Amino acid sequence: MAKKFDIKRFPGFLAITCLCLFLLYTPLLVVMVYSFNDSNSITNWGGLSLRWYEEVFFGVEAPKFKKAAFNSLTIALCAATTATTIALCAAVAILRAGRFRGQGLSFGLINLPLMVPEIVTAVATLIFFSAIGFKAGYATILIAHIVFCIPFAYLPIAARMQGIEGSYEQAAQDLYATRWEAFRLVLLPLMMPGIISGFLLAFIISLDDFIITNFVKGAGIETLPTAIFGSVKQGIKPNIMAISTLLLLVSASFVTLSWFINRKGGENSS
Amino acid sequence: MSQTPTDIAVDVQNVTKRYGTTAALANLTLQIRDNEFFTLLGPSGCGKTTLLRSIAGFENISEGTISLFGESLAGLPPNKRPINTVFQHYALFPHMSVTDNVLFGLLRQRVPDADARKRVGEVLDMVQLSALAERMPSQLSGGQQQRVALARALAPRPRVLLLDEPLSALDLKLRQEVRIELQQIQYNTGITFIFVTHDQEEAITMSDRIAVISEGELQQVGAPRDIYESPSNRFVADFIGETNLIDVTVNSVNGDTAMCTLADGTAIQCKSAGDATTGAGHLSVRPERLTLTASDTGDLSGTVKRLTYLGTDMRITIELNDGTTLTARMQNTDDTTLPDRGDRVGLQIEPGAARLLTD
Repeated sequence: MAKKFDIKRFPGFLAITCLCLFLLYTPLLVVMVYSFNDSNSITNWGGLSLRWYEEVFFGVEAPKFKKAAFNSLTIALCAATTATTIALCAAVAILRAGRFRGQGLSFGLINLPLMVPEIVTAVATLIFFSAIGFKAGYATILIAHIVFCIPFAYLPIAARMQGIEGSYEQAAQDLYATRWEAFRLVLLPLMMPGIISGFLLAFIISLDDFIITNFVKGAGIETLPTAIFGSVKQGIKPNIMAISTLLLLVSASFVTLSWFINRKGGENSS
Repeated sequence: MSQTPTDIAVDVQNVTKRYGTTAALANLTLQIRDNEFFTLLGPSGCGKTTLLRSIAGFENISEGTISLFGESLAGLPPNKRPINTVFQHYALFPHMSVTDNVLFGLLRQRVPDADARKRVGEVLDMVQLSALAERMPSQLSGGQQQRVALARALAPRPRVLLLDEPLSALDLKLRQEVRIELQQIQYNTGITFIFVTHDQEEAITMSDRIAVISEGELQQVGAPRDIYESPSNRFVADFIGETNLIDVTVNSVNGDTAMCTLADGTAIQCKSAGDATTGAGHLSVRPERLTLTASDTGDLSGTVKRLTYLGTDMRITIELNDGTTLTARMQNTDDTTLPDRGDRVGLQIEPGAARLLTD
């Protein structure tokens, strides 16, 4: 009798799953729990307290972190918005303009940055900015973020667009809509879950970026990740755990939001 | 028959459409009259949908002209043509309610909101969907979606309505109901319908006229009865309904009649399509026009191979002496005496029922 192939029946399946989950999530849990620790030590538990959150918002380092958080959020917002717009235009051109020479190449070029080691992109971006004599600062970070966010925004948008049949736009044009109206009134609303997913993904990737930002930021400007790294170099204090927990919360809520939007979109179009 | 230009809704002149080197439509010419239920019929891949999409404006034809009520459609995008389409899979906008779907075309034509909503009410009444006006397309059954697609295409009062196999996704019973409704709606609105299908029964029962297309070429245009009873060539005879093709030798052609000899030497008079020549040819005889007679009487003789019960009638398969198989149909009535399998029988071709065909 041939048994049905089922990975759940493999010996040690449960143990390996638990080990993986343990290794993945324990460090995060430790950071979250110790962010509520009422002690100066990062290893000894001294009771429950919110003092490190107070420290983040009102302590000596608070102005520095507030400035960095402001930079991070505004850069992430601008970069994600611009990258999503560019990715949407690219998706329309590649997937809706009929077949053209270099269609496959265009797709490859847009997604290649996902496979290039980030450090290479960072060095290349830095060399590019200094070669054209662009002064390092807020603008260089923003431009670099827009560029590396495009493929992240493109993937969910293109995936969604591929699932939408061309007959909807044809029906719109058949019913006296111009090409622009067919795009705005039919394709764009149907695309919305993909666009929002792409935007949220780009936002998180930008918010989180360290390597490229560190290379192109120049002196005197910090984003949250570079500011945290700067603090940690002088020793890890529990306030870093509090900031990390807050960042984790922002990321997690964005990912959850993106998931719900996608699920709702899937229900509507079926 | 001469026509004034305004009697012609759609005039297709010498239209050719090539994809690379293959021609989807080859020098096709046909005229679709105003107020007519016109069907483009052919097997899948014959070019009928390409012609429909060319009329709608979704395909650029390689050669020829398509005119609408005397005016060329060349260069006009789909949104500038007063023609609407019911798409094969309906293509209802999934993010809009039934009302908003039907409103779409009216609002793009800048019809004032109040008038547009009144018109939506009218067409939803026409397709009996008023009760479901606020539903989303995903909450409707296939048959209801099909009606919304029809209402959406009719709302802007197009000069011509194109229907691309709109019944293919429905089950048999529903399809038969919708056929009658479509015919009724066409009659009531007076809009020219151009209907695409590969289903010959659908074409015959619904249309005023049918164009049979094969491999991008027009085979025959005519009323269902002309197409069925006087097919102009072998393809049409074979594709429309069931037919028997019998090899004959043509001895003489005189206008629309011809004298032929069957394989066993029996002489028979038949109708011809006009371009018949003497020599080898085929006779087409519909199964219901072959009568079984006693052995060694009639025009042909053979052996009964199979009897198939079809409810209203009985299909009888007969093998002739030379190995050709023919099909006859007999009505099932109380006094029908049926032959048995293996019986020798004669076959009588009804006078006037045999038609000489070219290949």
